[in-house]
Amino acid sequence: MSTSTIEQLVNQPYKHGFVTDIESDTAAKGLSEQTIRFISAKKAEPDWLLQFRLKAYQHWLTLTAPEWPNVNYPAIDFQNISYYSAPKQKKTLKSMDEVDPELLKTFEKLGVPMNERAALAGVAVDVIFDSVSVATTYKQKLADVGIIFCSISEAVREHPELVKKYMGSVVPVKDNFYAALNSAVFTDGSFCFIPKGVKCPMELSTYFRINTQDSGQFERTLIIAEERASVSYLEGCTAPKFDTNQLHAAVVELVALDYADIKYSTVQNWYAGDEKGVGGIYNFVTKRGLCKGVHSRISWTQVETGSAITWKYPSCVLRGDHSVGEFYSVALTNHKQQADTGTKMIHIGKNTRSTIVSKGISAGGSNNSYRGLVRIAPTASGARNYSQCDSMLIGQQCSANTFPYIEVRNPTSQVEHEATTSKIGEDQLFYFQQRGIGAEEAVSMIINGFCKDVFQQLPMEFAVEATKLLGLKLEGSVG
Amino acid sequence: MINSGAKVILEIRGLTASVAGVSILKGIDLTVRAGEVHAIMGPNGSGKSTLAKVLAGHPAYEVTGGTVLFEGKDLLALASEVRAQAGLFLGFQYPVEIPGVTNSAFLRLAYNTVQSGRGKEELDPLEFDDHVRETMKLLEMSPEFLDRSVNDGFSGGEKKRNEILQMALLEPHLAILDETDSGLDIDALRVVASGVNHLITPDNACVLVTHYQRLLNYITPDYVHVMESGRIIKTADKSLALELEARGYDWLLNEKLDS
Repeated sequence: MSTSTIEQLVNQPYKHGFVTDIESDTAAKGLSEQTIRFISAKKAEPDWLLQFRLKAYQHWLTLTAPEWPNVNYPAIDFQNISYYSAPKQKKTLKSMDEVDPELLKTFEKLGVPMNERAALAGVAVDVIFDSVSVATTYKQKLADVGIIFCSISEAVREHPELVKKYMGSVVPVKDNFYAALNSAVFTDGSFCFIPKGVKCPMELSTYFRINTQDSGQFERTLIIAEERASVSYLEGCTAPKFDTNQLHAAVVELVALDYADIKYSTVQNWYAGDEKGVGGIYNFVTKRGLCKGVHSRISWTQVETGSAITWKYPSCVLRGDHSVGEFYSVALTNHKQQADTGTKMIHIGKNTRSTIVSKGISAGGSNNSYRGLVRIAPTASGARNYSQCDSMLIGQQCSANTFPYIEVRNPTSQVEHEATTSKIGEDQLFYFQQRGIGAEEAVSMIINGFCKDVFQQLPMEFAVEATKLLGLKLEGSVG
Repeated sequence: MINSGAKVILEIRGLTASVAGVSILKGIDLTVRAGEVHAIMGPNGSGKSTLAKVLAGHPAYEVTGGTVLFEGKDLLALASEVRAQAGLFLGFQYPVEIPGVTNSAFLRLAYNTVQSGRGKEELDPLEFDDHVRETMKLLEMSPEFLDRSVNDGFSGGEKKRNEILQMALLEPHLAILDETDSGLDIDALRVVASGVNHLITPDNACVLVTHYQRLLNYITPDYVHVMESGRIIKTADKSLALELEARGYDWLLNEKLDS
């Protein structure tokens, strides 16, 4: 028992590792100006977007991959990746009935509700398969209240003025290495626009699936909530098992105007590689929200369980006075997984507030780091931040690190940081067992207790899924 | 209460055990019948707590020889959670803290798991809440304990009360209480002891592991055993505890050397 039980509990096979046999239209490997022109032409994009891409590409060429994260991996050969892969389809889809049945089956297997008639789930879904969006549900119902929810390619065609105005306004093309790469080669993603005064009547959700080996996924999500609008948005991700690493370099931009409220929740379950660390997704993602208006609020909730390497810092720029930024995170790593994740809260407006609650769980031989920045600008009078970073270790071989950066340039502000490290040990498990409770149930109860503050922030169905997911991930890891 | 015809609950024969390769128990023999209260005393390091943990199935200890029958079943072949479900309870000397897990959720899960393991009915959260509040009165515990994390931030006395609360809920056939009196002030000791007395019936049994005889002023043992270097070196009635209180352990150890 003991440690070996803990290890068994963490070693649960990945359920979503199958490959869909579907004919796809995949670009030759390699990245050049030609590749970018190819992607842009494939998508029949307007010239301004091509120029946006080329500018990003030119800048990307001058950059090198960041080396500061606390993760190790061999240098990525960017010429050995295919930058475009799409399931072959002959024409634009008018309804779900026209979607390739193989694809529908895939998402059924993954438990993603794509059938609009199965309205029970009550969640509008946009599904991204490799490089393209294959289906968006509940579109009409949302359009009735003025909400635009579609793929970003469609938004470029149908609402170019909105895309042009906001894309790159939160994460500029020159922001960082992977954001520049994404800006150059992004293929699809979700677009969401909530007009003034509208509360989105349902959860919006995007489901990302990488299917093709050696293809990268570079999606771009843009969410805009106008004055007094509000939306809750969910993102789910899975990928098949391959013994090579796939690159996922997404950019997510959120814009909240006066009194707007955006809640963005992620349950990330990309393939994490096997127990020896072979294969798995490199998840190098730039997510940032701009609280542009007064009293606006952006809340990030993430449950990160997958990916071989996670490098991700969902951030809030609190520009509007009295705006609020929140970050609730559970990051679980097992085997050889590495995660360097956290957030940035940039306080610019007066009386801005931010809350950071980060829960890192490391098992197996994994390495889990929290990295966070709280910056209070000279203009941010009365700003407040509260950060809590807790780490939990399971077993003897894993590690956890916390790297908090705090920069305060306004004397009227208040910043609090708390951190703890704990360990699920033999004695804790024995205590449960002596009360009749088996080790697996004990670990799940301890972990759920540890993550409670974060799970409470998730929409209900997601919270249930996240709880189960952590249980599965840890199954067999306790002995 | 001694009744030599009563059912045998625990029968230990020649039990030896080690931790990290160091031999701690060197041949324990002990029989406990229904209705009996046994006290196991002895100096620090004599193996009293090890015996308690080995019986409960702590993973750090390796059984190297001997047999243990629990109500006729081979106890050592059972996983520790199964031992608990079968009716063996260990009151911990140092109950662990479990931050984030509420006491009420923990108690309910433990209760229901043990109930279902015995083929008995489980209680839903509302029924359980009534049941646990009633039981807490026995130990003069405030209901606010239910909303706190398990043992987290509890004082020493609160932790021990929480142990006896669990004993009351799980209705063990054999309760082994490891140094339950340590860290208790006199009032807490009285409450805890009266709780334990209340739970002892002719159908179950209790083994008290204790360094001092203080607890035995409140809970009267039928037998007192003295352990030393991994063996039981003397067994007598409760008067032995008083003698130990007055004379310490040394005379007994010396007597053993002489014999």
